[in-house]
Formats: sequence, C-alpha cells, structure tokens
Amino acid sequence: MARVTVASQMCRPFMGTVTEVEIDASNVRALIRELDRRYPGLGNQVEESMAVAIDGVICQDTYLEPINPDSEVCLIPKIAGG
Amino acid sequence: MNYLGKDVELKVVGTRPIRPDGVEKVIGRAAFGADFRVAGMIHGKVLRSPHAHARIKSIDTSKAEALKGVRAVITANDLPNIPSEEAFVGEGPANFRDMSLNTIARDKVLYDGHAVAAVAATSPSIAEEALRLIDVEYEVLPNVIDVEEAMKPDAPILHDDLFTQGVDPKPTKASNIAKRMEFKLGDSASAFSKADVIVERKYKTAPVHQAYIEPHACVVSYGADGQAQIWCSSQGQFMVRAYCAKLLGMDIADIRVFPLEIGGGFGGKTLVYLEPLALALSRKSGKPVKMTMSREEVFRGSGPTSGGAINVKIGATKNGRIVAAECEVMLQAGAFPGSPIGPALMTPFAMYDLSDVTIWGYDVVSNRPKVAAYRAPGAPVSTFATESAVDELAKQLDMDPLELRLINAAKDGTKAVYGPTLKDIGFVETLEAAKSSSHWNSPLGDAAPGKRRGRGMASGFWFNIGGESSGATYVNEDGTITVVSGNPDIGGSRASMGMMAAEVLGMDVKDVRTVVGDTTSVGFSFLTGGSRVTFATGMAVTQSAEMVRDELCKRAALLWEIPAEAVEWKDGKAYPAGENAGKFDPLTIADIAGKSARTGGPITGKASINAQGAGPGYATHICDLEVDEETGHTTVLRYTAIQDVGKAIHPSYVEGQLQGGAVQGIGWALNEEYVYTKDGRLDNAGFLDYRIPVASDLPMIETILVEVPNPRHPFGVKGVGEPPIVPPMAAVANAMENATGVRMSSLPMSPPRVRAALDASEG
Repeated sequence: MARVTVASQMCRPFMGTVTEVEIDASNVRALIRELDRRYPGLGNQVEESMAVAIDGVICQDTYLEPINPDSEVCLIPKIAGG
Repeated sequence: MNYLGKDVELKVVGTRPIRPDGVEKVIGRAAFGADFRVAGMIHGKVLRSPHAHARIKSIDTSKAEALKGVRAVITANDLPNIPSEEAFVGEGPANFRDMSLNTIARDKVLYDGHAVAAVAATSPSIAEEALRLIDVEYEVLPNVIDVEEAMKPDAPILHDDLFTQGVDPKPTKASNIAKRMEFKLGDSASAFSKADVIVERKYKTAPVHQAYIEPHACVVSYGADGQAQIWCSSQGQFMVRAYCAKLLGMDIADIRVFPLEIGGGFGGKTLVYLEPLALALSRKSGKPVKMTMSREEVFRGSGPTSGGAINVKIGATKNGRIVAAECEVMLQAGAFPGSPIGPALMTPFAMYDLSDVTIWGYDVVSNRPKVAAYRAPGAPVSTFATESAVDELAKQLDMDPLELRLINAAKDGTKAVYGPTLKDIGFVETLEAAKSSSHWNSPLGDAAPGKRRGRGMASGFWFNIGGESSGATYVNEDGTITVVSGNPDIGGSRASMGMMAAEVLGMDVKDVRTVVGDTTSVGFSFLTGGSRVTFATGMAVTQSAEMVRDELCKRAALLWEIPAEAVEWKDGKAYPAGENAGKFDPLTIADIAGKSARTGGPITGKASINAQGAGPGYATHICDLEVDEETGHTTVLRYTAIQDVGKAIHPSYVEGQLQGGAVQGIGWALNEEYVYTKDGRLDNAGFLDYRIPVASDLPMIETILVEVPNPRHPFGVKGVGEPPIVPPMAAVANAMENATGVRMSSLPMSPPRVRAALDASEG
C-alpha cells in the first residue's frame, strides 16, 4: 500500500493529529476517494487546494497519475508561480 | 544529448538561432498593449482613492456624466456584486469577491490607488476632466501599512469578516491575519540541543514591484450581440477571459481575447485590473474602449510582491552539519488575503538535507495594493533570511560558506521539509560548478581607498510547475511549418516552441513560424507563469509535432503504396525503412505537403495536455561588491548565476532568464522599496523615485548552465525563470557582510541604510 504523508497542517481539520496513513490506491482519483471515505471532507480539500507529490514528482489537478503499491505520496499545498 | 531518454544527436535544441521576435521589437513595430487601436474607440480612465483606508459614503457621478464627450461612467454598481467564492484558477488561490472588489471598490477603499470609478470619453483629456467631476464622499479610517503592525491585536481591521484560518480553536474576533500555516519535519525544538553553534536573527524585506516596463493596457469592444473582444497584454489570454467572464457575469464563450506583445510581466500580469472596467465601459457606451495605466497607476493600483518579516534560528555541529532549523515568516498580502505564504515556507530549506525543521508563517492583510505574483513568489523573502543565516553560521564555524552548503546539500533521496523525497535534482551540481568557477577562484582584488570589497554567495530553490497546455503544428502548403502556442511569449517561448518542433521534424528552424494564438484559435492553456511554458507547452508542441511527423510518414507510405511501418523519418525527409520497403527517392515535407489534398487533406497535429512532473530548479549565485564608506553606495563588481536548467533549448534565452532574475534580485537587495507617508499614501510611484538597476549600474551577469535532465520532459527541460531571483538578496547581503563586517538584515541595503549600519558598527 502507498504511504501517504502530510507535512503541513492543511489536513489537520480532517485528520486531526494523524500525519501518515497507508492507502491502497492505483491513481490520484482513487486516493482522493479513499481519503474522503476515511476523513470526510478531506477529498474536496485535496482536490481543490492541494497537490500530490508521488515519489517526489509533484502532480496537480489530475486524477490519472498512477500510484504504485510502494509509492511515497505526499499531500502539499498547490504550487503556482510568477 | 537527450530526446525521450535516448542519446541522440540534437541538431536544433541547444543551438542559438536569432530570436524570431527580435527585429519587430528592435525597430519599434511590435504591437504592445498600449500600441493597439481599433476604429471608433474611446478612452477610459480610472478614478483612484487618495486614502489608504476609508469608507465610501457616496459617489456622485452626475457632473461627469453631463460633461460633453463623456460616453459612460461606471462604479462598482455596474458590475455584479459577487459572493465569496474560492477558486484556484490563475496564479494561486483566488477569491472572486476579493478580485472584484480589488478591481473596483464597493463600500470601502483599502489602499491608496484603489479604483472607485471609471469614465470613458471621446479623448483621454476629457476622461481625465470627467474624473475630477466625480464627487466621492469618504469617511477616512485608520490605516496600517507594516506587516508586523497589522498583526497587532489593536491594529485597524481591514475586513470585519476575516478570521484567521489554520488556528485552533477557530477565532471569534476578526483579524488582519488571514491564515497561519506550518510545516514540520522531526523535532526541531529538541534537536537544537545537539548544536554547537546557533544563529538566531530577525530579517525584514520590503514589498517590491515587478517593474515591468510596459504598463497594463487593453482595448475592449463589447458588441451589440453581447459578445466581446479583448486585445491586451497579459500573461494569459485564457486567464483574462476566465476572470472577465466571472467579474462581468458573462459566458466564457462570449469573450475572445487576443494576446498582444507583452513588455514584461514577471507574475504581475497574472491578474486583471483594467479589462473588466473597460468591458463595463464598453458595454455601457456601446463603443470600443481603450485603457492604459500611467506609471503612477501601475505602482499605486497594481500588485507588487509581498514584503515580510522573518525570524530564523539555525543550529549546527562543529563539523558543519545543520542539526536544527526554525523559521517564522510574516508575509504581506496587501489589501486582500492571498500572499504566497505556502511557497515562502516550503522553499527556504529545500536546498538542504535536514531532519529537524519547523517553519510556520502568516498571511497578513494591510493597506497596500493586493500583492501579485513575482518570480518564485514568496521564496526570495524567506530565502533571504535563511541563506543569510547559513552564511552567518559558516562564519561562526570558520568554514567556507560553499563547503558548509555542500556538507548539508539536498540530493536525490533527501526528504524535503515540505514532504516529498526529492529526485532528479541538481543542487550539488550547482555548488560544484560554483566551486570550480572562474569567479569563485579569482581574487577579489584590492579596494580603492575609502572603499571596501566583499564576496558572498547564496543558493535558492523553486519547484516549477506544469499544468494545462495546448499546442498545434500545421504543415503549410509549401512545406513550411506553423506552430501555434496558447501562451504569451514572455521569455522566448516562440523560439523554444519552434525549435522543439523543428527538432522533432528534422528541419531547419528558419522554416518554422511560431505564433501565440487567441482564445479561439488554440486549446485552453494555463497562463504563462510558474516557469512552466517551455516545460508544459513544450511537451504539447512536441507531441503535436510528433503527430505531424507520424502523419507525414503515413502520407509518404500512401504515395509509395507501401505500409506506413515501412517508412522512417530522418533529417526532415521520409525514407523507405530498409531495402525490403522498396526503392524510392526520399520525400521532403514540401513534397508531401504538395500532395496532401490527394492523400487525405491538410496535415495537422494538435495536443492538449495537463503536464505533470516539472523538475525542481536550484540556483547558486556569487556576488562581488564594493561599498563606498562615505556614501554607503554599493557597486556590484562581478556576479555569477549558476543554475540547474535541465536542458537549455535555446541557451541564450536561458542565460537571459538567469541574468534578468539576478538583476531584479540585486535591485530588491540594494534599492527597491515602496515608501509610504504617515497617512498611508505611496510616496515614490515612479521610476525616478523607485530605483531599479539599469544596465549602466551593473556588470554583465555571468552565467553557468548546469544540465541535469528532467526525465518527464522529452528534451529534459526544467523551468528556469524563477530560481534566479531567489538567491540574489542573500548573496548581496553576504557579500556586504564580507566587505564591511556588518550583517544587514533589513532590505533594501540602500546607501542611507548602509551608511547608518556602518556608523552603528563603528560606534
């Protein structure tokens, strides 16, 4: 199962003090769905305001990016730029 | 050389063809926003608040409306009163209500220069005269400009409905602190006990403007059928379309935006200011409306980047290993929430392999223009502080600052403080390049009497982004190629798009023309920003060119009456793939294009993608400077910018990005700041009093391109536009300390401040 970590406190309203979970998900959409099932409201938070770093690669606004069983997934704020 | 991860000989990518937009710009014929005109247009002007904070009690426009030549007068009541709605549609999280209120004030003005009304008239002078006839009654309120003052419990409150997010329990009292955010890795508080040396200091940076030379400008024509056309200079024609549709309550399909040449943006043109007002004026007057900001309006009415106050604490062992770090960042958002506090917290330690770090910060509103993006938004502010502290740490440890950074440098496999495990990064390579550079190994030279010389260095990080991009490649009837990009060309993307297409098609880049499409001639593309275009739009264009290449092979196969798999593409021509395919003379693109009608019609490739996997950028800069002891004036003697760029498609443009970012950062370090009067009015709204570096101020910025390829891009590209503005402030401050022995922790290090710091140090 993929190891999902949260470095910022953006997920605290949904996850409380939990900062790391293991999730069986084959892509970002499945990840969001499972996060929302476990922590209601978190799916929307991730979808609207956060990016997902999969094995060090930052992915934004995508359902389709694949996640492997041994992937490291990190929930981070969305990134913009200048 | 690399294409799709394979070693191949690249013939176009990596070369330096003449820039395609150069001639028109050099001879002054390129059409920028302010140059554009349409038949029958009238002229719009904006009435701006003279107060930093005031309630609007009434606006009487009757006298202005009665003035001969005036065709329309608008206030906020001519635009929809938009409810609060969060969206991530442009260069960061936005609230459409705030965006609307920033475009034109409704009940309160929140900064000097805030728009309160607009007029369209048959001439600019009549429009200006009409502005003077608008009677606005204000109830002036106390203002707050400084970020730390704005955070105090007794500060004037800008928004009665703003409650700090990210704190527990949820506050019940309104505050200027919009948000608190924190990142934590390990246990910094305990880890400081392992440190032999601890540096702790407070820093401050001034908000600075992006200082693009071209002011905001647009022409808008609202038709009788309810459809509008907008010609403007921006960082994204689709961004302008989306924002205007939202702020005017229009359908996106009813707005067509034509991108004009852009005279600099750097993040400052990722928002709309004039376009919604011009739309409302055009709708009301039935005429096309042209609006152009004056330089003063650009400073007073458009968004600078954030300034901030930063507290840093870093501890290291005697052998130079950093064992603990903490940082607190207070970042100005301007009049509405939305400073780049997230990146400001995620970036300043991303150069290092640290296990115990806590970094937290605040998004703070005050009576200044709402901030806009500026190259690597947030990162330069916090990195100025942390990279100054790292330099101070090196001094206390009696270590070479470059060696200290090498000891602690992030590598593939390092877990960043913001979460992910880093991969395919080139930070160590930039340090090694700095270490072996001519600059680092050259003597500093002796200062003249009355002057002091010093050398400093600093590093920086920026994520880079991908996102939605579209590109199309068209084969013209004569075999030339037209590439259409959905992104305004700010940093040379017409050249890089054309070069990537030419490389894929095996042709000379002089036979490829790249144009920036309007919102109806190319698929949606997220704006030009985040150092994303050569990466993301480059991927789309590359894919579209690959489609064309594959189709050309199919057409050749049809002409030769052999299977498509039996055709190979090489050096811009179709060849039979081996002897079994048959013997045919190779076909050029022109040969195939000339027969395209007979083989199935026009040959076109189009790709629309959501690019992921932009590789992070790391930069290391070296600065030599000389300080005049009598005047405090600083002269930069030599400056080198080193950066991991993945793969430079057109190295001259990439070097230009590094040079431009470095120069802007030097200006931020030495001179630039907004000066406010006590009543909150901006006192230096022009380039005479807001001093940016010009060519004669600086030496040629030397560059070293490090190329650690990004495996997610067909040619290995990483974004390059933002990392170069991250290190300069600390590099200059560290050189200043090396020259004078004085640690300057507040920007800008302008001559009066340097002189005062020298006085203080000399007792």
